[in-house]
Order: sequence, then C-alpha cells, then structure tokens
Amino acid sequence: MTAPRPYTLVAELTYRCPLRCPYCSNPVNFHAMREELSTDQWCQVFSEAADLGVVQLHLSGGEPVVRKDLPALIRHARQCDLYTNLITGGTLLTAENLKQFRDSGLDHVQLSIQDTDRETAEHIAGIRSYDKKLEVARLIKQLGFPLTLNVVLHRFNIDHVPELIALGAELGAQRLELANTQYYAWGLENQKALLPTRAQRDRAEAIALEARARYRGTMEIAFVQVDYFAEEPKACMGGWARTYMCITPTGEVLPCHAAHVIPGLSFDSVRHQSLGTIWRESSALNAFRGDDWMQEPCRSCPKKTVDFGGCRCQAFLLAGDAAATDPVCHYSPHHQAVLEAVAAAEHEQAPLVYRDLKNSERLSGHS
Amino acid sequence: MTDIPASWQPRLAAKARLRWDNVEKRHLLVFPEAALLLNETAVAILKLCDGERTIEQIVDTLAQQFVGTDRTLIADQVTELLTRLQTRGLLETERQ
Repeated sequence: MTAPRPYTLVAELTYRCPLRCPYCSNPVNFHAMREELSTDQWCQVFSEAADLGVVQLHLSGGEPVVRKDLPALIRHARQCDLYTNLITGGTLLTAENLKQFRDSGLDHVQLSIQDTDRETAEHIAGIRSYDKKLEVARLIKQLGFPLTLNVVLHRFNIDHVPELIALGAELGAQRLELANTQYYAWGLENQKALLPTRAQRDRAEAIALEARARYRGTMEIAFVQVDYFAEEPKACMGGWARTYMCITPTGEVLPCHAAHVIPGLSFDSVRHQSLGTIWRESSALNAFRGDDWMQEPCRSCPKKTVDFGGCRCQAFLLAGDAAATDPVCHYSPHHQAVLEAVAAAEHEQAPLVYRDLKNSERLSGHS
Repeated sequence: MTDIPASWQPRLAAKARLRWDNVEKRHLLVFPEAALLLNETAVAILKLCDGERTIEQIVDTLAQQFVGTDRTLIADQVTELLTRLQTRGLLETERQ
C-alpha cells in the first residue's frame, strides 16, 4: 500500500513532568522509558518529517519545557518551515524562557488549565499550580504568542464550562479546547473516578455549542466528545497512520499516543531507520491502514470510510481485539461494555490514581 | 457575519503563516490545528493584505495585475476570501 501524506507530528520530547494529572495520555509504564532522543536525533526527525510533507509540529511530553535544548529544537523546526506549537502545562515557563522560545521562532503555545476553581484544579494537577498557570497565560499573550487554552474535562470540572469559556475570553485565547477525557492509559485507570454523567455531558455540550457561535471569529471553541456517550465511533486520528504520527521520547513512531497498549505490534524507532522508511514500511503503521483488516460489522458498513472503524486501541481495551469494531459503535457486539461504564458513572466513585513515577512502577508490576 | 467595509486594512492574524508547500507545489496557509491549500488568486490577495492597503486599494492593485478581469468579479473574490478567513479568526480584527 502507498503511504498517505502525513500532516501532523506530535513529538513527545520527554515523559518527565511536574504535573500528576490522572488522565495523562502517556503510557502507564512510562517509568521504564527514560532514554530520550538527543538534540541531533530530534533535529534529524524534524527535517525528515518536513520532507515527508508534515506541516504541523506539536512539541509535547510530559512537559517539553524540561528539555534544556528546547530553543535549539524550535530553531531547527522553524528552519524546516514547520508550524511549531508548544504543548505545555506552563509551570516551568518564565518571561525569560518564553522570550527565548519566541526568538527561536515558536509559532504558538497551547497551555493546559485544569479548572477555574483553584481547589479542583490543584486536586487534579496533583500540585500547586493554579496561580502560576494564570500568570503564565498572561505572559504568553503579552509576548505576542497566539494562545490555545486546553482543558481536559471530567466529572469534577465539566459543570464549569461557562466559567472556563469566560476565562478563555478574558485571557484572550484564540482557541479554547474543551476536551473530554479519553479513556486510555492513565485516563482508563481513572475511568470510574473521572467519567461524567450523561446529564453533565449534555449540559456542557449545549453550552459549548452556543458559545462557539457567539465567539466565532474571535475565539474558536472546540468541544471534544466523550465517545462513550456516542452511538457511532470517532474517526480516531483521522484513520490509523493516515495523516498523523506520534514519536515517543525514546524514538518509537506510533500512529497515536496510545497505540503502545496493543500487543503484538512492533513499533520501529528513528534510532535505527529513517522516518520516511518507517512511515512507509513499518509493519505496525501498515497493520490498520486502509480497510483490508476490517471485520464485520465494519467490513460491509458504508461508514467505514468515514469513521475507519473507530479506535483500534479502544477495540483492544474493551473488546480484546484491536481489529474489532470500536465498541462505542452501537453495531458492535461489545457495545454493552460501554453502556455499562456509562451507567456506572451515575453512582460509582473511585479515588484518583495520580500519574507519577511511583504509581507507574506500581501499576506495571515493579515495587 | 460581519460585513467587510471598503476602508478596512486587513492583515493576516499573527497565528497564520503563508508558506510554500513542496509536496503539492502550492501555497499553504498554516495556523493552529489546520492548514488551507490556496489557489493563485487567494495567494495574490493575501500578499496584498499588509495592514496598510485598504480593501479598495487591494482590489485596484489586483485589477492592474489581472488586466481584462472584471473589477466587480475581483472585488467579489476579495470579499469572499476575507470573509471566510475572518470567520476562522485568521485576520487581525482590531481595525474593525
């Protein structure tokens, strides 16, 4: 199969992070993946990505600002003409390093905010961070960066969508992402604690859609669904290894943040092969391209070119088979698992499992 | 939708970057989370959006560049493109 053109590269520069958010998309066993790519290796990756056609580069993590070579990486990315976005928790940003990033050519900053309520925000982040983040948001604007505010929504903050929208407008964000928790990795560990009720989600969505129309042209508002409440699956990543790739701190090329969870796939590393070779030839990236791999009910479904069968990771996590129909789909024989999780959210509670080194070791069987 | 006054001096928003795309051999307008492939007319219009020229001056300049094209048609294309970009927050808005 001919490989399609990739548009987006998420470069996870590190798994180190001062925050401990319980919905983190990093793998639960991140503790075992510490050997990060060097500056030169990342620069090589950016050059090769640009040659392949990548336009958008997201410098992510963990917290990418822990990398001392971040200005050098930004400079190289800009030389490759990549649109360079820093995805950050903000707690390590200062006027000095932000200026340095700006002068190196950074295009855009995406800052996470946990809530408008200080206590909830810090309960979720797992550290004191509320004031610092607001201060940093203002600094980002003062230095002339376009700002996206990203808020991961869950049971504890989804009722604050009106306040979050007002905060985005007050801070002058050009984009506000109200992104419901996706239940993979740490999010899945915390599903019972985080999943909102259907009523909470319906209310939040209605408010977000109304605000989207009101702020059109000044602040773009994105509302990312909890797919558990949907009847049809999301077109996950716009299709497996179709337009998007994610490179882990250690150099493995994945079709998304979560794909590590699928057993039997062997992901190739930019330490050993060029990005172009991996993008075209990696057995893991080719595993679910196109639709030859599909089973029923996807195979004969007219929507298969629209939703690509949904999410492969979710199919594995909830149906035990990465090639099955995403159980979010109401045609999936495993749809009941999703309905049960949604029903349980109405009454169940669980303590938060924070994303940190200790829990990572514990959950992956090290003590 | 906001009407576009002829005296407006449009400029691309700081978040948007116009660049050449080597794969498609066309210009791309890149901004957070997305990119638009532009045709030659759109590129010609955007290159004149410098924050100094008014809409009227932009249309005049294009009419000189594309001799023989109806001025009304050019004006319509300018309005259509700028309206589309403005809806997506891709133009500076402080002058409105």
